[in-house]
Amino acid sequence: MAKLRDIAKACKSKNAGPFEITIDVMFDDAITFDAVCRSGVISPALFSRLYNVPAESVQFSVYPPAFAFKASFERPIPSGAVGDTDVYGAQQHAPLLDVEIPL
Amino acid sequence: MLSASGLLGYGFPEDSLKLGMQRDLHMVGVDGGSSDPGPHYLGSGKCVNSRMAMKRDMALLLKAAMTHRIPMIIGSCGGAGGEPHLQTCVDILREIAREEGFHFKLAVIHSEQKKDWLKGKLAAGKVHPLGAAGPLQTDTIDRAERIVGMMGPEPYLEALGQGAQIILAGRSTDPAPWAALAMHRGLPPAPSWYAGKMLECGTGAAVPKGHDCQLAAVGTDYVDMEPASPARRCTPLSVAIQALHENASPTIHKEPGGMLDTTDCRIEAVSDRTVRISGMRWTPQPYTIKLEGAELAGYSAMTIAGARDPGLIGRMDEFLKTVREAVAFKTGGFGVRADDYRLVFRRYGRDGVMGEWEPEHDATPHEVGLVVEAIADNQEIANAVIAIARVTLLHTDFPGRLCKEGNMAFPFSPSDIERGAVYQFSLRHVVEPDDPLSMFPIEYESI
Repeated sequence: MAKLRDIAKACKSKNAGPFEITIDVMFDDAITFDAVCRSGVISPALFSRLYNVPAESVQFSVYPPAFAFKASFERPIPSGAVGDTDVYGAQQHAPLLDVEIPL
Repeated sequence: MLSASGLLGYGFPEDSLKLGMQRDLHMVGVDGGSSDPGPHYLGSGKCVNSRMAMKRDMALLLKAAMTHRIPMIIGSCGGAGGEPHLQTCVDILREIAREEGFHFKLAVIHSEQKKDWLKGKLAAGKVHPLGAAGPLQTDTIDRAERIVGMMGPEPYLEALGQGAQIILAGRSTDPAPWAALAMHRGLPPAPSWYAGKMLECGTGAAVPKGHDCQLAAVGTDYVDMEPASPARRCTPLSVAIQALHENASPTIHKEPGGMLDTTDCRIEAVSDRTVRISGMRWTPQPYTIKLEGAELAGYSAMTIAGARDPGLIGRMDEFLKTVREAVAFKTGGFGVRADDYRLVFRRYGRDGVMGEWEPEHDATPHEVGLVVEAIADNQEIANAVIAIARVTLLHTDFPGRLCKEGNMAFPFSPSDIERGAVYQFSLRHVVEPDDPLSMFPIEYESI
């Protein structure tokens, strides 16, 4: 088992417009990326569990040219609205860091 | 084509621009805006970057454009691209032209939308929701402080066709300035849009990352990407990674009038710092323009405080509940009811960053920072509520309390900070325009 924080090249979040957040997990090379793909761990279900959003509302892409996974879903509060905590959406990736991948 | 950096006013190395200008460039440009800094800028009319920083960037680009007799194009001027933001940039441009003695044909493209016009479109069934938004309501239009449409490349193409050398435009889809120039030069939409998409973030598609100048050469079926500075390079991986940036999908990009599909792109290194991308497709779709709007959410006042007492930190949830009730009771004494304001506690060290998404519920930190905010219909009420909240946080008793002189460390005097008007994004819709130009009037002027 390996934690994402130890094998990912990047794990980041950002607004995709004011109402959605998009999270990217990227790897250094095809070998790691393929192994993570095979594990099936990074999936809409994972984001659904970590962020408490319906799996069917997660727009999910596997993007081999960048050895990357991408998930986009609704923010609970739009960027900068009353009660928002992260205007740029840049610090919402952390729950992924401890996700374990069987390698 | 050259893109100076990710945003007008972010700054870029002058040497990179000089190196870029040694190539046979057909335009210099920079993206001026984004919704990322939040709704305040669209709502208030303020620019996201300082006038001084925008003038520095614009002066260098204008000088380069004048020297080489090529267009300079800036989209989403001033951040939000509304009328005040656009006029700030036009004012900066005039000032530079006056100081340097430059003469040129200017096109100013406006993007603010009239409420009555939009209501007409709504009534005609020409406004459609995006994502989780419901149908647009008339009162949402009425409440908006400002509404802009995100223009496509067509108004830029029109201005270029009319011989404008300098174009300052309101809110635009980010790739529009470069996509327009490439199409103006007769290139097909697919590589033109792709180049714009890659250029809008400056050297976002290069490594190492930084605010710097990016070059793109567009052919009939390919785009070559190369950073201007020899300190950076584009690699197939760095270009692929940029496709993920700020987009919900890495391969499908919805734009006015069509969809850029990069699913089958080939990305190949042509040198150790230049990458060629080919195989992108453009699929025309019904022409729609995305709307952005901001409305007043109220007036805000805030205070910052820290707790270090373990007894208090251990029962923070109950403590804040007690404080909230005590604040409502006290403000009631001067006629402000609990539903006259919103009181928001952000608890740094607990869930201040992630709010309801925070998975670590059980961790007990050794200190907690509180950012407490009161929002009301006017500043006087917000100030009154935050003043009561501040003193209630400091003096409210709790079981086992040892810190009987005060619960909070306030780092500042005054402790209460007036934030003024605060806004929220209010539109998440597209509109079908009569034609791609009709929403975006163009003014021409000889400077």
